[in-house]
Formats: sequence, structure tokens, C-alpha cells
Amino acid sequence: MPRGDLNALFPEDSSSSDEDEFGERGPSDKDTIVAIVSGAQQGAVSIIRLSGELAVHIAMMVFRPAGTEKLSSKEKADWWPESHRVYYGHAVDLMGDVMDEVLLMAMLKPRSYTAEDVVEIHTHGGGISAQRVLERLMEIGARLARPGEFTMRAFLNGRLDLSQAESVAQLIDARTVAAADSALAGLQGGLGREITAMRQECVDLLVELDARLDFDEDLPPLDVPALVERINQLTQRLEAALATGRQGQLLRTGLQVALVGRPNVGKSSLLNALSGTERAIVTDIAGTTRDIVEAGIVIGGIPITLLDTAGMRESVDLVEQIGVERSLAAAKQADIAVMVVDAEAGWTPADDDIFQQMFGSSSSSSSSSSAAGSDSDSGLGGGWGSGDGGAAASSKRGAAPALLVLNKSDLAAKQRQQQTDGKKAQTGSKKAAGAGRGKKAGKAAAAADATAADTAVAAAAAAAGVPPAAAARFAAVVETSATKRQGMDSLQDAVLQLADAPELARGGVAFAVNERQSEALINAREALQRLQLSIAAELPLDFWSIDLREAVLSLGEYDVRYLSDETALLLGSAVVGAYALQHLMAPHSAYETYWAPSQPYSAATTQYNGLGALSMAATTASVARLPGNRTAKKMLLKVTGASWLVFGLADLYYSRTGVNNNGGISAAINVSLGSYFLFKGFQPVADGKKSG
Amino acid sequence: MEQLPPPQATARLQPLAAARLGAKTLLLTLNLDRIAWQPCNPAVGGPAKSQLVHEVDALGGEIGKIADRCYLQKRVLNASKGPAVWALRAQTDKLEYAATMRRVLEETPNLYIREGMVTSVEVDSNDEVCGVRTFFGITFACKAAVLTTGTFMNGQAAVLTTGTFMNGQIWVGRQSMAAGRAGEAPSTGLTERLVELGFETDRLKTGTPARVDKRTVDFSGLEEQPGDDDVRWFSFDPAVHRPRQQLSCYLTHTTAETHRILRENLHETPVYGGWVDAKGPRYCPSIEDKIVRFADKESHQIFLEPEGRSTPELYVQGFSTGLPERLQLALLHSLPGLESCKMLRPAYAVEYDYLPAHQCYASLETKRVKGLFFSGQLNGTTGYEEAAAQGLVAGLNAARRAAGQEPVVLPRESSYIGTLMDDLVTKDLREPYRMLTSRSEYRLVLRSDNADRRLTPFGRQLGLVDDRRWQLYQDKQERIDAERARLEAIRVQPDHPLAVAAEAVSGQKVPAAASLADLLRRPHVHYPLLQRHGLGAPTLDFSAGSEGVPVGSSSSNGEAAADAAATTAAAPSAGSGGGEQPPAGEQQQAQVLQQGAQPQAAQPLATAEQEAVEIDIKYEGFIRRQAKQLQSVAAKHARRLPDDLDYRSIQTLSMEAREKLSKIRPRDIGQASRIGGVNPADISNLLVYLETRRRTSAAAGDSSAAQQAQRQLSRKAQRKAMVAAAMGEAQVSGSERGSDAEAAAAEEAAEAVAAA
Repeated sequence: MPRGDLNALFPEDSSSSDEDEFGERGPSDKDTIVAIVSGAQQGAVSIIRLSGELAVHIAMMVFRPAGTEKLSSKEKADWWPESHRVYYGHAVDLMGDVMDEVLLMAMLKPRSYTAEDVVEIHTHGGGISAQRVLERLMEIGARLARPGEFTMRAFLNGRLDLSQAESVAQLIDARTVAAADSALAGLQGGLGREITAMRQECVDLLVELDARLDFDEDLPPLDVPALVERINQLTQRLEAALATGRQGQLLRTGLQVALVGRPNVGKSSLLNALSGTERAIVTDIAGTTRDIVEAGIVIGGIPITLLDTAGMRESVDLVEQIGVERSLAAAKQADIAVMVVDAEAGWTPADDDIFQQMFGSSSSSSSSSSAAGSDSDSGLGGGWGSGDGGAAASSKRGAAPALLVLNKSDLAAKQRQQQTDGKKAQTGSKKAAGAGRGKKAGKAAAAADATAADTAVAAAAAAAGVPPAAAARFAAVVETSATKRQGMDSLQDAVLQLADAPELARGGVAFAVNERQSEALINAREALQRLQLSIAAELPLDFWSIDLREAVLSLGEYDVRYLSDETALLLGSAVVGAYALQHLMAPHSAYETYWAPSQPYSAATTQYNGLGALSMAATTASVARLPGNRTAKKMLLKVTGASWLVFGLADLYYSRTGVNNNGGISAAINVSLGSYFLFKGFQPVADGKKSG
Repeated sequence: MEQLPPPQATARLQPLAAARLGAKTLLLTLNLDRIAWQPCNPAVGGPAKSQLVHEVDALGGEIGKIADRCYLQKRVLNASKGPAVWALRAQTDKLEYAATMRRVLEETPNLYIREGMVTSVEVDSNDEVCGVRTFFGITFACKAAVLTTGTFMNGQAAVLTTGTFMNGQIWVGRQSMAAGRAGEAPSTGLTERLVELGFETDRLKTGTPARVDKRTVDFSGLEEQPGDDDVRWFSFDPAVHRPRQQLSCYLTHTTAETHRILRENLHETPVYGGWVDAKGPRYCPSIEDKIVRFADKESHQIFLEPEGRSTPELYVQGFSTGLPERLQLALLHSLPGLESCKMLRPAYAVEYDYLPAHQCYASLETKRVKGLFFSGQLNGTTGYEEAAAQGLVAGLNAARRAAGQEPVVLPRESSYIGTLMDDLVTKDLREPYRMLTSRSEYRLVLRSDNADRRLTPFGRQLGLVDDRRWQLYQDKQERIDAERARLEAIRVQPDHPLAVAAEAVSGQKVPAAASLADLLRRPHVHYPLLQRHGLGAPTLDFSAGSEGVPVGSSSSNGEAAADAAATTAAAPSAGSGGGEQPPAGEQQQAQVLQQGAQPQAAQPLATAEQEAVEIDIKYEGFIRRQAKQLQSVAAKHARRLPDDLDYRSIQTLSMEAREKLSKIRPRDIGQASRIGGVNPADISNLLVYLETRRRTSAAAGDSSAAQQAQRQLSRKAQRKAMVAAAMGEAQVSGSERGSDAEAAAAEEAAEAVAAA
């Protein structure tokens, strides 16, 4: 879905001009645009943002700064906000009547989110005030911004590159802290560095090969084993980067986990236990849950939607029957199906029916579906799926990876104790089956080992009478006792393992490739695999270069300039000119973006640069509480200063790496401003204007 | 189906069409006797350069044919590497080469040759070229015809191809004299005029080694390098495929004594002595450069190459030097076999003016003066082949301009010629540019063997390919396609002797009912193996004496044929530019083709054609992948950049990018991305800028923008067609559009002259 996100970033079709809405002239990038950017939620404060050439002029027709009532009309007309300074005043309507008490902050170009003049007006929340001010601004001449248009302008004006713009969308859409961290890392360009480095390695290899086409005699013989080793390492790095993609996907879209099983095996209890709520009604009556109950939880930073489904049974009750059908459909579309079995009752024929309905009759499907679970290709390609993509992927995969939960384990254990040792032999054979399955399932097997290493659990699976064919379908078997809240950690771990995101559980997230990027990485990896085949087949050198070039192309626009240092070539030192390719696929994706069909409205409306917000909020707060505690204000300003400093250093980095060619200037401004705030303390409130 | 046109129509040039176009061409040269003179190594081809020659030939150019007719020895280089880097190299007879080329020029209708030194380019008030003026005060107006070192067309076009002559200065040690090359006066005054017109000029340097008398060389201890038994050809025209007797080259090497002399006298050379600072070609370094650069190498190979059948001169390849003449003989004597040799000409270096080619469009027309084209060493290249390629492009476009047609640009992805043009006008070259295999990103697609498939249809559209060549081309493609289909269709059982043999050489098991193509895809299985088992096509041999008769292997009467060719080459009847193909030969050939048209039977195929089929089958996957790369990059890069773009005002570009883009003014995104100092982030920002601009102009409903877009579209279509052709998918109508071929050919010829 990052492809979807990509389009959602700039959802409007550039050729469409909604003339009815925007007057005779179609919307243009020169218009001054306006929108309520604080989102639909009812907060205490609403923020209206204006961006464009006339932003300040338009805002001035609505804003009346406090303390200017006594001034002459000429002085009033001369009043003009300074950049990056917060003003208190009133929003007034056409007749000059006050609509609301507001704060206004102007951020003059180029130091604003869109690199145009930006004015933000903070009104009271609740919707009405903001709406009135917005309407007034539109009357004066601002155009309502289309979804994502602020970020679009930031992109068009070179303020953000595409990856960063994508990261903004991810940041806004982030549902968990881990997801936000990952998006922020993307915004700061960690991913680009890694891809640049890998591409550079490919280019180096290519130079080495190409040099031999023309200057074979002058160069030392090609060290093929070393070359192969470098290619292997490169492949591993590609794999590692690809793995982040899957994690990123998880962080962005989360997982749907469906609990399925017979009535009254404890699915609802399990949902309550996992979510720590009493979301689902639990009774001893079979068939209590008649429709799907959802609960949102977070496991290891991944947002997870738990679906409690109606217990599946033949029922004469029409309502229950519909519930069962819907449950089955929902469970089949979920990313992970958790089949809950009553450990005490063991594997019953009814369980078998459900198993067949859910997972098909063929036991051979186990290997293929397990492979789907552990193969990053299909995982990335299909997506873990929210929305249509995920559903499509699920149906393509056949059935989702599955876990088996033996609930009511406390009761079962009691029962087991009463049994003799006579079944030990059988247990052993089941364990062997489990091991065999582990090999097939790859990483999922690790999950099985981790969670089911305990002999008791394996034994429980066996003891519960789960037939080997069915057991093989499950990536892991977990014993729980929902009522006693036992085994919840094991179940969470098993879900994470199955999602192939054990790293997430530990909370370490650097950056994550999105789908656009992972497609490129996959192409590069495939090219390298073909290259390895060519080398193995002892094809001539110039064939090697074809696939190596493919890898370079996949990792970014191919650059012929590597041959420009011809002396270096001749002398055999494969010195390559400096590459400042922070954002490799940008040319390619710029094409894609602009020629992509328009996408429906998305959540990307309220683009907000996280760091910008932080520093602005700090400034705002400190000024808004002018009569307040000096120390607190100092602290706030220091925070602001630190943020600017970070911005500045980032700009400096970008300018050094060629991402933002104006970075040098903004770096200087940001660093100096930041240092000023940070080290000189309180006075700078008045000096904020320097930032313009 | 094989009705070849009657002999009259096979004349290479069509006076009628030419007269109709009115592209009268004047070749002005400093010395009529030095047309197509090879002042350095009399050799044509070599890695990457041979591709250029094949491509020029596919477009109807002359260099390949002349090289085929005048060769002393031919070898295929890089034969152990992949087919993309195989390279044909011919040692040529320099006297015969010049004489043959001059005769071609003389016999070309509408081409006028005159001796004279151009000292000025006349430019009218529209910044359009309107004539040239010679030293002796004659002005050749553009409306009529003209040039020295250049050519002129009816209409307003002039091509400058000054080679090393503009303010040429030759050096032997510290001694120097004004000369274009040894024994020839330089051209003076023209540089000053060009500077006056606002052109930027600079100096380059190149050099040539000494010549020795082969009668004084002891070859007994030297390694002989004979020519290939199986002679290959540059030209796709079988009329020039006449095997001749070959002369051998010999291999010697530098010794410790050589290195000692050089090291002790480095200060005596112009470069290390510091009195010449022009940049020389790194790829053709002088022997002192090699000693300095590869200090740890104890010995360098030196080739002794004959310069002609009628001269005892030997070219000492790899031994050019700037040492004073008094030291040169001692240096030569330090080489094994040359201990008592006599030197016939000393080595010298030459320094000359060139005009950095970013001042030209890829059509080689200058950006500053309309109708003025620069070509050859003047643009900073080195080598006859590079010069021929440029000559073709400049001549073609000059003729098109004369006829009021749009210029034609060969896209980089289409050919080595396109790559050369793109590099020249894009890169900031500060040393002589030589074509290298690694300069092309798509070498497996841009092979020698398929140069005609890539370019001949295009040449036909442009009027560069006459009816006879077009027919030959179509017949050849038909043969190749039929053979390919046959190889895919015929299957053999694993117990067939061929399958057994294939299994043995490849070490891979042959499955049941494998097609011949499947067998060819196996490593180490080659076409001759099929022939040995009676499943290959018979070899079609076009060579003289056995013309049109399919034979199992190469003809055994090569010597006689060579002799015949050698003698006829001196006589005007056989090798001239007019009706090259004897009518009798054509008829015979037609018969053979008719025989071959019978269904099911394998049609006879020339060796090169068998090889082309084999390459296409064997490396199909790679070719397809590279073609895909080519296509996707070409599509991305084809986006035109507006001519009126003010790069300096684009704030999001780095300062360096703004400067470089303003200077080069690239024609499309691809070219922009290849400019040094313009990094991908700049390209990305440039695209964004263009998009912003497009949105703005779209909103404004700018009709002129729409017009421009339309014009760009047609260019885009043209480019697309070229790329398609490069990928072997070309389907070109056989419409005859007259011929400005003489302009191109003459230009190419003039170019070879100038290069010399």
C-alpha cells in the first residue's frame, strides 16, 4: 500500500480542474491555499494554515492584533507580522465583528513547511470558530487546499524530497510510537544512505568489470572469488533492507488477527484477556458472540486488530447463522487466524469441520502457506494488509498463517495429571512430527520452537488429539488459560514471530523501506542472483555487467559519469567520482507520482511536520504564557532551540550530500537560530524575527 | 522474389535524386593528394571502433568498404570474450586506401573537389553561415557550393573538418614547426575567425611513432602475428568481400635499455620537459607516458605493422614519443629485432586547435552559427573511425539543412555513433576522445553483427541506403529469420550424433527432442558443430571467384581472389564508387537465393549470418534484459528539456548544476543526467521544476507551449523508432526519399581526410 500512500500524498490529478468549485480558473500552484490542519477531532484548539504568495495579505484582512485598537488607521494598515513570531489578537469578519480570539504565526518563505509564505491561525476548537474563520479566508481569496497539497508544495518547492514526503504521510498515519519513530527515521533520510551505499558498491563492481573490457592488459587479473564474496555480501545487505520493509509495513498497516473456533472454547475470554478489557461478553452459554467483536491492541509496536468471531456451529437461529458466515469470511481475510480449541475437550469432529472450512482440506497446503509466511517476497508483495490490498493478498495466498491455541489449559492440565504415563510414546511421535514441520516452515518454526519448546505444550497438542495433518498447518501451538490470563505472553510472541517481526518486539526500529523502495530492492536482488548464475556458468565478463547494471538501475538512476575519471580507470584504481545520491529513485518516482491516476481522499490531509510542530508548539507555549514562570519558558525556548539546531544540522547534512541544495543557507540560519535559542536563553523571543 | 534491380539502378548514388534535392557539395582540401591519408597507424577498427565502422557502413557510409578493399591483414580481437566486445581490426595499405577513397570521391556525382585553404567562415546577419573564404581571396558562397577542410551544400550549410591542421604545430624534442602533420602546412587564420564568431577553442596534442624500413629489421626472433584465416568484413555489402593475401605483423617489446634511455631523457620530451601542456590521448599514450604511468611494468609490447604492399615502411605501434630525433634511433635500436634498423620517418607530436563540442548540438551543427557544422578531430576526438562517424552525421544533417529538413539525431541508446555524439556534446572533454567499449551501456544490444538491423532501415528512411543495399539487407534478414525458425523447429533425439556431441562439449544432458536452438543455447556448442553433423545451413560465400556458390567451408582459392582484388583495386573499373557490383555477380547471386527459397531446406548463410543467428539464440535472455533496460532508460530520458529554460533561475538546483546546465543546454533529461556535476538530486529537482512549470503553463492555456509539445512529440516518435530499431524490432517502410547520400558520403570522406 505504500504505492497507495504515494498517490495519496498528492491525490489530485494534475490535469483535473474543478472549475465549478474554484471559479473560472482551475486550481493552480500559485493560489494561496487554506485548510484546517488540526484534523477532524474535536480539540481545544484548531489550526488553520494558509500557504502561498498572498497568505499574509489574506490573513491580515481577518486578523486584528491585540493592542492595536488605539492606533491610527494608517498605523494599523502598516502592521505586519514578523516571521516565526506568535501574535495574539482577534479574527474579525467583514463587518469587523470579532469571530474568535486567536493566535497568529507567520512563517515567511523560504523557512516554512511549504517553502512559501505560511500563516497559521490558532482558533478555539469545537469546529464552529475555525469553520467561520476558514470561510472568511476563502471569501477573501484563499482556495481550499486539496488533500496533501501542503506537502505537495513542500515537495514541488524542493523543501521535501519524495521519500521524506512519504515519511510525513507515514508519520501522520502512524498508529503506534514505533511506527512514528520509523517514519521519523525515514524523514531524516536513514534509508537513502543505506541504498546509496549499496548502489555505490554495485557501481564499484561495475567499474571493475567494465575497466577490464577496455584495459584488460593494464589491469591486474580479476579476483573472481573476492568478487563473488562482495556480491554475496551485497545480497545479504539487500535482504536486510528488505526485511525492514516488512516491518515497516506492519508498523503502518498493522495486523488483523481473527480468533476462530467452536462455540464456548473461550475466544471471547481470550480477546478480553489480550486486550485487557471486558470488550466481549463472556458467558457459559455457547453462542454468546453472534457477530464480530473488534478490539485494538498493540503488540511490540504493531497495531493489531483482534477479531472475536461467532463460534462456528450449525445453528437453526438465523441471526447466529449469519454471524457464523460473516465470522468465517472475516477470519479468512485476516492476516493471522488463531484457532482456539478447548484443551480439556480435545480436538473434536466439530473442530475438524472448522479446520477444513478455514484451511481447506489439503494438508499439503501447509508447506506452501508456511512458506508464504516466511518468504519476505510474498509478504511484501501482498502486504500484511489493511484494506483491499491485504484482502487480495490473503485470497491469493489461499489462507492466512495460523496459530493453534489450546485454551482452558489449566483444566486440561488437571485432566492430564490424572492420566497415566501410557501416552508418552505417542507424545514422542508427535514431537517428531513437529520437528519435521519446523524445517518446512523456516522462521515460523523458530516461533514454534520458542513457544512450543516446552514438552508440555507439544504434549498438550498431542494429548488434545490434534491430528498430525491439522497440527502441521499451524505455525505454533500455544497453551493458554484465558480466564486465568495465563499464556498471553506466549501468544503475543507467537503472533510476532509469525509476522516475522521479532525485532519489533525488542523495540528497535531504524527505518523501513516502503513498497516502492522494496520493489527496487527485490529487482536488485534478483539481478544479483542472475549475476551469480552467470559467474557460475563461466560466461564472459561482459555478460556479468548486464545484470550488475540492472542492479544499479534498480537501486537508482544509472549514472554514466562513473567513467568520467578515465585516468583512474586506466590506472586500475577503480576510483569513482563522488556520488551524492541521497534519494536515488526520486527521478523515477517523480514520473510515477505525476502520471499516476488520482486517488481518493486519504488521511494525508493534515500533513504536519513533526519536528516543526514540536518547536512551534514550544515557541507558542512560551509566548502564550508570557507572564508565567521564567525558568519554564527558558526551558521551552531551549527545547525550541535544540529543535532548530537539529533542523540546521540535518540541513547541513543534506546540503553536503546534495539532497537539498539550498541546505547550506537554511542550515546556517537554523544552526545559528538554534544555538541562539539554546544558549542565550530567554531574550531571543524578540529576536525570533531574525529567522525570516 | 529476388529480382534485384538492374545494374544501372545499383549505382551507390543517384544523380537524379541528388540533383532534385540540389545538394551540390564542394570539398575544399589543403592538398588533393592527401585525401584519406592515414598519417598515424594505417589501421581501421579495433575494440569499439569496429562497431562504429559497421554502423557507418549500415548507414551507407564508405569507411568500412574502403577498409575491406584495402586491407593488408585482418584479425578479430577479443575473440575469447563475449560477442558484444568482439572487434574486427584491419591493417590497411595507406597508399591504396588514399587512392581508393579519392577515386570514390571523384566518381561521386554532385561532389566537387578543390584545393584551397579556408581562412574564414562568412556569416550573415541572421547568424547563419553564408560562405567560406580561402587564403587566396576566393569566397565560395553558400548558395552555390564550397570548402578547405570542409564541405558545402546548396542552401546554407558548411562543415568544418580541420583535423589536426588548425594552427597545427609539430614537435620533435624541443624543435617545432608550424605544420598540420609532417610535411604539410597548417591551416591558419580560421581559428581566429571562429574565436571572433564567439567560439571557445582550446589545444590538444597527439603523436605518431617513427617508421622504420622493414628490410633492415630482423624478424627471425620475433613473434609473428598473421591475419585470421577466416577473414571477416566491416561492410555488410558482399560486393567488397574479396579476400586478399595478408601480410603479417610482428611483436617485439621494450627492454631495460629502452626504459633507461627514456628515463634519463624525460626532460627532453615536450610534455615532461614542460614546454607543451596540451592534453594528449590517455588511451594512446606515448612510450614515455607508459614508462611513467606504469613504472612497475618491466616491458611493454610493441607491434611492427606494415604500412602498405608497395612501401617498406613499418609502423612501430605503441612507440610514439616526443624525444628529439637524435635519441629516437637509439631508442629504436633498443628493441629486439630492430637493433640495426634504419629509421624512415621520426616520431613527432602534433598540437592543434579544437573546439569543445558542447558548442554543438548532437546533429553537430553549432549552437552559435546556424548551418555551420563541426566534425572530426576538430571536436576533440581521435581516430579515423570516430571521425567517419561524425562525418556521416554532420554531412547528413548539412544535406538535410540544405534541403530544408529537420536535423536527425541518433539517440545514445541506438548505436555507438549515438553514444559518441552524446558524449561529445555532453561531456566537458579536455583530452582527445576515443571510443571505448565501456562507453556504451548497451553493448550486447549494440553489437557489430546487428548494426545493419539496427540502422539500415533508418538509413533507408533518410535516403542513405540505395535500392541494391536495401534489397541485400532485406534478403539477409529473411535468411536469418528463416534460419532461426528452422533451428527452433528441427528437433533431434538424444541418440542423434549431434545431441551426443553437444552433450560431450557442454557437459549438460540433452533432453529428448531438443531443438537445434536448445542445443545452441548450451555452453560451448557453436554453429559449426551443427554443420559438421549436417544440420547447419551451408555457408554462403560472397567472395570473388566463388561468388554466390554455397560451399561447405571458406573458399580455398583465397589467394587468387586476393591477387585479383589487389590488381583490380588499382584499376578504376572494379572498386569505384559507381557500379561496384559487376552485373554478372548479381545475377548469380539472385539464382542462389532463389534456390534457397525452397521450403524446408536450410538456406545457405554467410558465416557472419550464422554467427548472428547463434548469438541471438544463445544469449537471448541477456539480450532481452538489456533491451528492456535500454527501453526503460530511453523512455525516462527522452523527456525533452525546453530550449528556453533559464537554469540559473531554478533555485532548487545546486550552483554547479545551474552553471553546467546553462553551458551545455542539454536537449533531454538523459543528457542532463550525464553532465558531470549534475547529480541525481538535481535531476529530480529539475523534473519537479518542469512539472511545476507545466502545471502553470497548462493553467494559463498557453497555446505556444502546446505547439512546442507537439513538435517534441514528433521528435519523441523519431527517437522511439530509433530505439525500436536498436532492439531489432524495426519495421520500416521501404519508401524512397531521394538521396542526400553523396553529402554524407562526401563528408565522411572529407572527414577521413581531415582525420588524416
